[in-house]
Amino acid sequence: MAVIAGVATTDYPHHPELTELGVHAIAADRALADAGISWDDVDGYASAGFFPMHAVQLCEYFGLNPSYLDETNTGGSSFEVLVEHAAHAIDRGHAEVVLITYGSVQLSQMGRRLGTGGSGPPPVGPAAADAVWGNTLVGNYAMAAARHQHDYGTTSEQLAEIAVTMRDHASVNPLAQYRDPITIDDVLSSRLVADPLHMLDCCVISDGGAACVVTSDERARDLRKPPAHILGAAHALTHHLNISQMPDINLTAAAQSGPLALKRAGISLTDVDVLQVYDSFTITVLLTLEDLGFCGKGEGGAFVEGGRLRWDGPLPTNTDGGGLSSCHPGMRGMFLIVEAVRQLRGEGTARQVADAEVALVHGTGGMLSTGATLILGSHAS
Amino acid sequence: MTELPEGAKPRVAPIPDAESEPFWSGTLAGKLLVQECSVCGQRQLYGRSLCTNCHSAALTWIETSGRGTIYSRTIIRQNPSRSFKHLIPFVVALIDLDEGPRMMSNVVGIPAEDVKIGDRVRVTFEPVSDAAALPLFELDR
Repeated sequence: MAVIAGVATTDYPHHPELTELGVHAIAADRALADAGISWDDVDGYASAGFFPMHAVQLCEYFGLNPSYLDETNTGGSSFEVLVEHAAHAIDRGHAEVVLITYGSVQLSQMGRRLGTGGSGPPPVGPAAADAVWGNTLVGNYAMAAARHQHDYGTTSEQLAEIAVTMRDHASVNPLAQYRDPITIDDVLSSRLVADPLHMLDCCVISDGGAACVVTSDERARDLRKPPAHILGAAHALTHHLNISQMPDINLTAAAQSGPLALKRAGISLTDVDVLQVYDSFTITVLLTLEDLGFCGKGEGGAFVEGGRLRWDGPLPTNTDGGGLSSCHPGMRGMFLIVEAVRQLRGEGTARQVADAEVALVHGTGGMLSTGATLILGSHAS
Repeated sequence: MTELPEGAKPRVAPIPDAESEPFWSGTLAGKLLVQECSVCGQRQLYGRSLCTNCHSAALTWIETSGRGTIYSRTIIRQNPSRSFKHLIPFVVALIDLDEGPRMMSNVVGIPAEDVKIGDRVRVTFEPVSDAAALPLFELDR
């Protein structure tokens, strides 16, 4: 069985002194050091970026000549998919040590205005269908939130509670971009970006990098840290980047990938001790909770009330502060994996979840387009 | 067309290609078209070379009533694009056409806060280039 033997992040969220490739390099070197594996032992490499041959470029930059290479891009969920693929390669003996890295300097390069997604892609081909209306990235997620509120009576206060919990987790993460505690009223009185989503319903915009090292459990036995076993994985999609093509705006790919990953892991949701889910927006978390099956469709609003997602609550979620408060450098999926592994090792510091043995990681990519679920465990079964 | 404020750009115009040209040509003639499959009867947007239900290539463009229902909507209050900044606040909506397909558009002609999910809407066309008019929607009362 394949395992994650090393994880690391850079000292996010500001890297004005670095290039994107340099951020990858720091994350890579730290993850290998965390595992106690040398660069010379890396025979597989994976990463996702916005331009073709991205992973090839990184190999050239690093001076790597691997026999396993993957640059599957499903947006923010890419890194969960890359770990799934790496596990297959290792289980088949096609690779022994797969390094997976992410890096971004989007805050330093482009600034905060990127946050609304500008005016979208060039209006040609299928993209033209959604690109000529002045919609923004936030607007897509806002329409999901609006429909959820319409169908199920979900309130903006309930969505805000998710942001409040993430900020509490970030408050003790020394690297987190925003650490001052916030209240539900703070979220509701922050400016509306796209109704019903307020500024504090939206993820932050950061620089940052993260990496992990996937290897075999056999290889991991004499390494520095206890491994996180990859118990199960699956991915799915509902549409590309036109949200007009999403059949049900409140039913995400998590409804397909979640149950499949759990089945492959041979566990049920009640076995999950800690959860790391993509929190591009508060509504993303709410829909993911429902679609993974932690509550019924439409019940997410009531489900998150009362601090259920707090690190010391019944379903500890995004214990590093998430993309909503800690770090969101564009494609956050790798950060979910890093935090899950740290929790399983007992390295969660001030937000360590007691007796965390099983972690569920779920990445979401595109415009609620793709979902990828990983089940990680501190034991092999 | 109304005059643009200083510094603003015209609205973004679609660039038709082989699959979308019939749709955008239709808008110039004041018609809102959708694709219909001659084999299974499914209707779809955007235009494709096959049916997403039965994968037949036997597709034709049919004219719709131009009427539909708002499936969801948001009010855009932040968009740095010079093509849209001066229009803020404006409504972006997903509209379920009576003939089946869902499309994105803007709902215009009433204050943004008054546009609700479930509202009935009808198409109105705004010229945007030699190749296309934008099918916008207004309340159908």
